[in-house]
Amino acid sequence: MPAAVMLRMYRQMLRIRRFEEGVNQLFLEGRMPGTLHLYIGQEACAVGVCEALRPEDWITSTHRPHGHAIAKGVSLDAMMAELFGKTTGCAGGYGGSMHTGDPAVGALTAIAIVGGNVPVATGLALGFRMRRTDQVVCCFLGDGATNEGAFHEGVNMAAIGDLPVVFVCENNLYGASTPIGQVVKLDRLADRAQGYGIPGATVDGMDVLAVHEAASTAIERARTGGGPTFLVCETYRFIGHSRSDTRGYRSRDEEAAWKARDPVPRLAAQLQAGGHATAEDLQAIAQEVDEELAHAVAFAEASPSPAPEDCLRHVFAEGGGASA
Amino acid sequence: MCSRKGVARVPETRTLTIAEALREAIREEMRRDERVFCLGEDIGIPGGFGGAFTVTLGLSEEFGHERILDTPISEAGIAGAAIGAALAGMRPIADVQYADFLFCAMDQLVNQAAKLRYMSGGKVAVPLVMRAPCGATTRAAQHSQSPESFFIHVPGLLVACPCTACDAKGLLKTAIRSDDPVLFFEHKLLYGSKGMRAEKGALSPVGEVPVEDYTIPFGQGIIRREGSDVTIVAKLLMVYKALAAAEALADEGISCEVIDPRTLVPFDADLVVESVCKTEHLVIVDECPRTGGWAGEVAAELQERAFGSLDAPIKRVTAPDTPVPFAPTMERYYVPDEEDIARAVREVLRWR
Repeated sequence: MPAAVMLRMYRQMLRIRRFEEGVNQLFLEGRMPGTLHLYIGQEACAVGVCEALRPEDWITSTHRPHGHAIAKGVSLDAMMAELFGKTTGCAGGYGGSMHTGDPAVGALTAIAIVGGNVPVATGLALGFRMRRTDQVVCCFLGDGATNEGAFHEGVNMAAIGDLPVVFVCENNLYGASTPIGQVVKLDRLADRAQGYGIPGATVDGMDVLAVHEAASTAIERARTGGGPTFLVCETYRFIGHSRSDTRGYRSRDEEAAWKARDPVPRLAAQLQAGGHATAEDLQAIAQEVDEELAHAVAFAEASPSPAPEDCLRHVFAEGGGASA
Repeated sequence: MCSRKGVARVPETRTLTIAEALREAIREEMRRDERVFCLGEDIGIPGGFGGAFTVTLGLSEEFGHERILDTPISEAGIAGAAIGAALAGMRPIADVQYADFLFCAMDQLVNQAAKLRYMSGGKVAVPLVMRAPCGATTRAAQHSQSPESFFIHVPGLLVACPCTACDAKGLLKTAIRSDDPVLFFEHKLLYGSKGMRAEKGALSPVGEVPVEDYTIPFGQGIIRREGSDVTIVAKLLMVYKALAAAEALADEGISCEVIDPRTLVPFDADLVVESVCKTEHLVIVDECPRTGGWAGEVAAELQERAFGSLDAPIKRVTAPDTPVPFAPTMERYYVPDEEDIARAVREVLRWR
């Protein structure tokens, strides 16, 4: 893999990591409204997949969408402003943390109903195929989503149509507090794919290079008419499910074991071992990311809030549509 | 005729059933715009039905199976696929065989289709049509519902309820060209489907439909019968029941004005207010169950806007708060009929 690609993925993972750490701090300080589902620990999944996509490809996301949106190209400014509920946010303050995204960069406004994005991703892929483009859709979902009926309907319809979509399941082992082993009979989630007649693959979701390779294979297959793949990334969220989660349902030993596999220092070590970057190079990247984050916070805090009555807008098309 | 207050020029017309008019609308829009396509269960299978009520019959022969797309029995999948395709720039017309099955797709319709524009701050549009056959037709509790009221409660969804062939075609064309999701309710007793798919007890109204291309805007109700003593607002099959009641009441010297809103979202409240200012009495007729239904919403709106004009309490004539029964004796009791409507009219007029 070219060093430039590895360095780009390192920077992307670090941007997500620092963004999430930053918003968590802002939230704890009471400077940010809403709730948060942080992506810390899972960065290799979003970055490995999105690096394998083209700008014109699309992703669909979940209630834990910050990493996906950033990896697909939404700026930290627009992300931070959205979390602050400002007009300069990627959804103008109408969506907040759980609905980040921007169609301009192929990141559909995130769908925070578990599994709800799966049939939508299938439909996007259907639309791209009917329009004779060669765009691909990557549908991010969690382990819990595989128990939703919408997952079954959406994956089956994509499978029978050989549609250009990759279902990327980030198995972080818990649906909120419930261990996945308690709610799925299979040992390997990827075995679900057999039920739809499509390939299922499992990859180390803490290794961005492995995720990138597996995603590239699945995306190429989808783009060339081979149909969908169910790609399971085995990963772990280092923090709680949401702001109120004190993680009483899992052991500190388990957490420590997964943190030892942190994808960010792992890639840093690989970059240095391969002679692609020095410690100083990586420090310089971190410095730039910190400056970018500081800019995003200042930008968000300085941006205007929507006028209260703007809540009445964007229910229907403005100045057109079917209204009399 | 379709127009609200007559037309200056009389266009060339021919007589169609609602099923035929809907089929024409789909055919013409698919010819006009290559982004338009249909998806649903049993809509294009060779030797099949053309959808549960024949609306898409024969369309796959002209447009092929990619644009008349047969799906698995997966209503959430159908709705979600329609949403996604719409986001990708297509104009899907999705079909569930019975409106009752919309409940299988509620998350997609209510949480996704209705809200994506809003949640994105206006950055995405979901231009889809979801066609849904409704109404009690001796199929019992899970194939007979009129669930329109559920959807008027969801900001972001447009809701259409045509009851004539002319309106069915013009409103469906508007729905297909709309940049917002539309729930398009079609009453099973009004289709005029023929052959094996003919409905027992159907009214099957045929109507004059212009030959030329036309659309009917949403949010414009129509006065089906002019009158001076009482305003009756009704939709779908209930329009015909209200017209029958009005005819019978005319023999008693009671003059009824019958209004068909044609779309529930947006709703032409102005037309009803205007009428009530004249008649001073209002009866609302709805095949939906009573509690939390469309009829109650119209009543609330009208008492806020026209209380000073009302000479009597507003009366609702609705289905009772029960599931739809099967036995024909019970179903006849359940669905409001012309006698129920006439009785309500006489009651509100007792206040004069």
